[in-house]
Amino acid sequence: MLIECPWCGPRDETEFHYGGQAHVSYPDDPSVLTDEQWARYLFYRDNPQGRFAERWCHGSACRRWFNAVRDTRTHQIVATYRTGESAPVT
Amino acid sequence: MTAQDTADAVPELPATLWRDPEPKRGYDVVIVGGGGHGLATAYYLARNHGITDVAVVDKGWLAGGNMARNTTIIRSNYLLDASAGIYEHAMKLWEGLADDLDCPILFSQRGVLNLAHSPQDVREGVRRVNANRLNGIDAEWLDPRQALEICPILNISPDVRYPVLGATYQPRAGIARHDYVAWGFARAADRLGVDLIQDCEVTGIEVDSGRVTGVSTTRGLLTARKVALCAAGHSSVLAEMAGLRLPVQSHPLQALVSELLEPVHPTVVMSNAVHVYVSQAHKGELVMGAGIDQYNSYAQRGGLHVIQRQLAAALELFPIFARAHVLRTWGGIVDVTPDASAILGLTPIDGLYLNCGWGTGGFKATPGAGWCYADTIANGVPHPLAAPLTLERFATGALVDEHGAAAVAH
Repeated sequence: MLIECPWCGPRDETEFHYGGQAHVSYPDDPSVLTDEQWARYLFYRDNPQGRFAERWCHGSACRRWFNAVRDTRTHQIVATYRTGESAPVT
Repeated sequence: MTAQDTADAVPELPATLWRDPEPKRGYDVVIVGGGGHGLATAYYLARNHGITDVAVVDKGWLAGGNMARNTTIIRSNYLLDASAGIYEHAMKLWEGLADDLDCPILFSQRGVLNLAHSPQDVREGVRRVNANRLNGIDAEWLDPRQALEICPILNISPDVRYPVLGATYQPRAGIARHDYVAWGFARAADRLGVDLIQDCEVTGIEVDSGRVTGVSTTRGLLTARKVALCAAGHSSVLAEMAGLRLPVQSHPLQALVSELLEPVHPTVVMSNAVHVYVSQAHKGELVMGAGIDQYNSYAQRGGLHVIQRQLAAALELFPIFARAHVLRTWGGIVDVTPDASAILGLTPIDGLYLNCGWGTGGFKATPGAGWCYADTIANGVPHPLAAPLTLERFATGALVDEHGAAAVAH
């Protein structure tokens, strides 16, 4: 699988580490969450059959984190984009 | 390896093992997923609880998913009491399963070696052996020479990248013929009146006022008093139909076989550190598995580099394999939980039951999971062996952290 690093360009999958679902933000005030709400933040992630916005780290080169939208049915990467940007496609 | 394990001992089964019924309009229990766990659950519902108004529905053919794709390793040498309980229950059922189902399953208790390649591996292995013994599970700690006596083709030279420093050994572990297991459960369930309905994809889960009422399928609506999900890697997709989110992630898990070879490998060897597990099937092919591919996927395939790493590890452990050829590789989709333990029990929706999260290790649990799931469905409360494996543990924090004994080589 070729992955287009937003800084380095297309590289082989073996250069990257996977980081799971993207755009999961830390709770504003964790201390007010119930155990159930905290569990939802800690352990529950989307697991869609289809397009998935996810984090990757280019560990073998620039070592920077970025995001990708990839189809979990085909492994086709629809877009990659820098951390902090919103997904260019959904 | 005994003569019974060799190719000429593989028995023929009849051409037709179960009916192919049209679905009725409703059932007492509908089990979604006709893999090993679904079929075992149906069988034990009928046999142990007298509940026979049961349908097992599958979007494809019976046992065509992970049941056809696993590496058939059976063991129960898990670290924690919760895991040891359900896997050892499964092991005891495996030991009587051929007679129980009146079907050969070629369960060959040839033992499993779990190799240690670092001082930490050694400490973890010794600890697990002691924990196993306290739970009444057969386990021994072997030094490299003793491991070599069990498996003479193992390379215990110190001059390799990851030398073998020792191994845990469970003599009662082994392998079974995975498709015969599925067919045995299917035929036995069918004989007790269970409808096995293939080519029947669930497209919706019907819920009314917090209570499940049935499933919509490509072959029509089936009403049901209870619906039991048993769909491994596709559990998230099904649960979402009922508005339920699960703490599981679906990943590819790849395996491969060589061409048929003379019997050379008398046991099962697993190594978490170098990411490979190897046995030799009854017909003679070497069967190897790897760790999961890192990304989420429903594609039933993974990256070639995972296979390459796994073969490199296998060759270092078994130099004799250098001239063997890869005949076939494949992938299945496994559902992985945050604590590497399964989820088995009730859901917030009345009448909807959940069995998922077995990750890379579902096959070995087949009879035990089916037994406990059937009991949970029949009684509406978790079976004692399944009680630690409820969905609620992720909120209470009572995780069953089996990463050490399960993570790569489940």
